[in-house]
Order: sequence, then structure tokens, then C-alpha cells
Amino acid sequence: MKLYFKYVSMILKCQMQYKASFIMTTIGQFLVSFTTFIGVYFMFSRFNTVDGFTFSEVLLCFSVVLMAFSLTECFVRGFDVFPRLIKSGDLDRILVRPRNEIFQVLTSNIDFSRFGRLFQAVLMLCYAIPTSGIAWNLSKVITLIIMLIGGIAVFSALFVLYAGISFFTIEGLEFMNIFTDGIREFGKYPLSIYGEGVLRFLTYVVPIALFQYYPFLYLIGRSNNIGLMFLPFIGFLFLIPCYIFFKFGVRKYKSTGS
Amino acid sequence: MKKYISFFKIRFISGLQYRAAAWAGIATQFAWGGMTLLMFWAFYQNGENSFPMTFSELSSYIWMQQAFLAMFMAWFFDGEIFDSITSGNIAYELCRPCDLYSMWFTKNMAIRLSKVMLRCLPILLVAAFLPYPFNITLPPDFLSGVLFLISIVLGFLVLISFSMLIYISAFYTLSPMGIRMLATSVIEFFAGAVIPLPFFPEALQPVMYALPFASMQNTPFMIYVGHISDSEIVKSMVLQVIWLAVLVIAGRLLMKHALKKVVVQGG
Repeated sequence: MKLYFKYVSMILKCQMQYKASFIMTTIGQFLVSFTTFIGVYFMFSRFNTVDGFTFSEVLLCFSVVLMAFSLTECFVRGFDVFPRLIKSGDLDRILVRPRNEIFQVLTSNIDFSRFGRLFQAVLMLCYAIPTSGIAWNLSKVITLIIMLIGGIAVFSALFVLYAGISFFTIEGLEFMNIFTDGIREFGKYPLSIYGEGVLRFLTYVVPIALFQYYPFLYLIGRSNNIGLMFLPFIGFLFLIPCYIFFKFGVRKYKSTGS
Repeated sequence: MKKYISFFKIRFISGLQYRAAAWAGIATQFAWGGMTLLMFWAFYQNGENSFPMTFSELSSYIWMQQAFLAMFMAWFFDGEIFDSITSGNIAYELCRPCDLYSMWFTKNMAIRLSKVMLRCLPILLVAAFLPYPFNITLPPDFLSGVLFLISIVLGFLVLISFSMLIYISAFYTLSPMGIRMLATSVIEFFAGAVIPLPFFPEALQPVMYALPFASMQNTPFMIYVGHISDSEIVKSMVLQVIWLAVLVIAGRLLMKHALKKVVVQGG
């Protein structure tokens, strides 16, 4: 753990060397998701509600997804750019070191400019918490935190899976974008608005709804079933197959030789 | 002219090589378009009065957007051009007996068109056979079909001439990442890639339509779906031509200025 913080501070110092570029990129990150927010705002100024959800409620959902995603993207970035490690042959170096390879991939890249996005998520949360009309109590606060943690777990699992696949394809797979960027983009609305089929797929195949939709129902008081708040923990199970797949990839790995 | 045509050919053919990637891309775009439509569908359940476009028009718009994504995606830049500026390889390019602006312009056209060639037909075909109202329909009449073709070419050129400005800015900043992200989000938003322009508040619309970004994908697609009156078609196509001229002239002037004092990065 101590080593991890050492890596973190090293990478942070490294990125601070190019301050102007870092700040521009952070602002850029903020703007990218800010335009999405304005899009949502314009839609609601025309239609008021969607599937019975109000603007504040949707913002709450949006901010949880965006926060989980940007935190994951910041700290699990190493897996996101993993195809590059394979292509350049840097993975060979990692594999010969006497440390866990997951740890080393995690510390190979941390992208602090993602805080631009995180900042927006925090702003939206600050707006949504008082205006959403939720009677806040301890269990609701805990639900919110569990949702966030569950979200980070599922997104991390997706990034690990993505890295695992690239063992076999060398190239990054564009199709995986629909699960990472796509979820960030479409997860801004509670998943039920996309219809029964999509909701079921995102519950049982890729467990996004476990942290985004069901606990959210409890949070906004649409359901009184307190058990829903623990569903994000089931999402953690998704890490297991993704991890196994990655390990399988490591074992099958043949260096590209460059 | 001939040399630019061969630049175009080289880039175009090399772009056509990535067929497996194209299939993955088609699947992604299809899922993306589908999810977008389902999202709008949920909003449309609210009531009849507040729609700026009919749902069928919107479906056509979204599918056209996905089919021609590679032509209009603002976040795509040719990394080679940026690299050549930051690494100093630009020196070789400057030695060539051709105009840098035209060369980059044709290269960009070629890459984007090769991507569209591989992707648009499968997407359009499948989208045409989806159940109503999620399918793509033909343009309202023959004339608007023809106007659409002219307008999409114009829009494509406007987008490239705008992204040329971003390439040229790298001469000044050397680290193009920040400007790239900024420009990308502005273009995407004002061009109608986040939500179509008719969904913007009424008060903002006159401004939105006057900006160069509306001349990119918005004009051709609105003509295609028929969500535009005849007089507006004329107006917005004239605007496309004007913006194209302005952006190309601005780009060329800026390039000339940049090259006058260009410092080739060593290494």
C-alpha cells in the first residue's frame, strides 16, 4: 500500500510538469461532460419528466454514474490503455518483476485530468441532494455510498475485461466502448427508460442496473424494500470472471516482440 | 491537382484495410444509435405537444448520424499530423513541392471517407428494415434527395476546414491535447451530435443556426428527414458555402502566418 502511494505521488508530480496542458485537459474533460449535462437540461426543459423521473432525480443518478466512472477512469486507467502496453512490449517488463501484475498495471498509469469530470459529478450531486425531495436519513446516505462503490467495482471489472480481451486481439476492441463510454453516456438516465429488454440485459449479463437502477429506486422512495440497497454488492461478483479471464490472458500471452 | 489525388488514393486505400475493426465499429454504432432512440422514445411517451420533430423523423436523423459518423465525428484527428509538428518531421513535409494545407485537407478527407465507405451501407440497410417508427425512411421527395447529397458534401468540407484550424493551432501550442478536447466538445454540442438542434430552446435557435457548426451535419440531415422548409433549405445551403469559404481562407492565412515563423522541433 505504501508503494502504491509512492507511485501515485510520482505520477502526480510527473503530470504536473506540464501544468498548462494538464489544466487545459482537465477543463476539456469538464466541458465534455458538461455538454452532456446541458443536453439533459434541454430535454427536461421541453419534456419535464421521463418515465416518471424528475430532473433532480435523473441528475442524482447521472452524478453517481459519472462519479464512479471518472474515479475508475482515473485510477484504473492502466487497464484502459492496456492494449498499448501489449503493443509496445512493455508488458514483458512488468511480467518479469517480482510483483503482482495487476498492481503494476494499476500503477502504470493514473490520469488525474479525469478530475474535471469528477468535479462536474460533484456539482450535480450538490444540486440534486437538496432538490430531489428525498427525505435523507442514514440508510439513504449509505445507499448512495454503496451505489458509488458498486459502480466503481463494475466499471473496474469492465476495464479488466477489456484488457483481458486485448491479449487475444492486440488491438483495443471498439465494441467494448459501448459498455464503458456507452454506460457513462446512457447511464445518466435510470435504466428502466430503455425498456424491459435492455434493463434485463444490464442486470443479468453486465450488472450495471444492480448499482444504478435498483438501489436508486429505494433512494428516491419509489420502493420501500430496504434490501435493494445491498444489491451493488452482488455487482462485485462480476469482478471474479473478469479477473479470471485476465489471468487466463496472461497465461496465454505471447509477446509481440517489439 | 494530380498529386493530391494520389495522396487521397493512398490514404483511402490504406483506410480500407481495417475491415475487422469496421465490423466492430458497425456493431458499436448500431448499439449506440439504438440506445439513443430508446432514450428519446421514453421522452416521447410524455405527450404529443412538445415534440420539435416527429419520432419517425428523429429515427431517420439518428440513423443517418450513425451511418455517416466517420464523416462528421469531431473527436477524430489524424495523429500523424500532430506528431509531425511536435516531433519536427514537419521539416520533411515542408520540403515537398506541394501546398501543406491542401495536402492535409485531402488526407483528412480520405481517411474519413474510407471509414464511411466501410460502415454506412450495413447500418443504413439494417436500419431500413427495423419496425416502424424506429426505421430510417427515404427523403420526402427526389429533389430533397439531390439537395441532401450536395449539402452533405458541403457539410463534410466545412467540418474538415474547421478541424484544419485545430491542426494549425498545434504550431502555436505544441501540445494540442487541451485545445483538441475543447474544440471537440464545442463542435459536437453545437453541431447537434449530443441532441439534435431542433431540441434546443427556441430562443437559442437563431444563434445556433448561424454558427458554422450547424452547417456541418445538421443541414444535410435536416434536408434528408424533411424537417425544414424550402426557403430555409436555400438559406442554410448558402450559409454552408459562406462558412466553407470563410474557414478555408482563415485556415490558409493562419497557416501562412504559422509557417513564416515556424520553429522546427529538433530530435
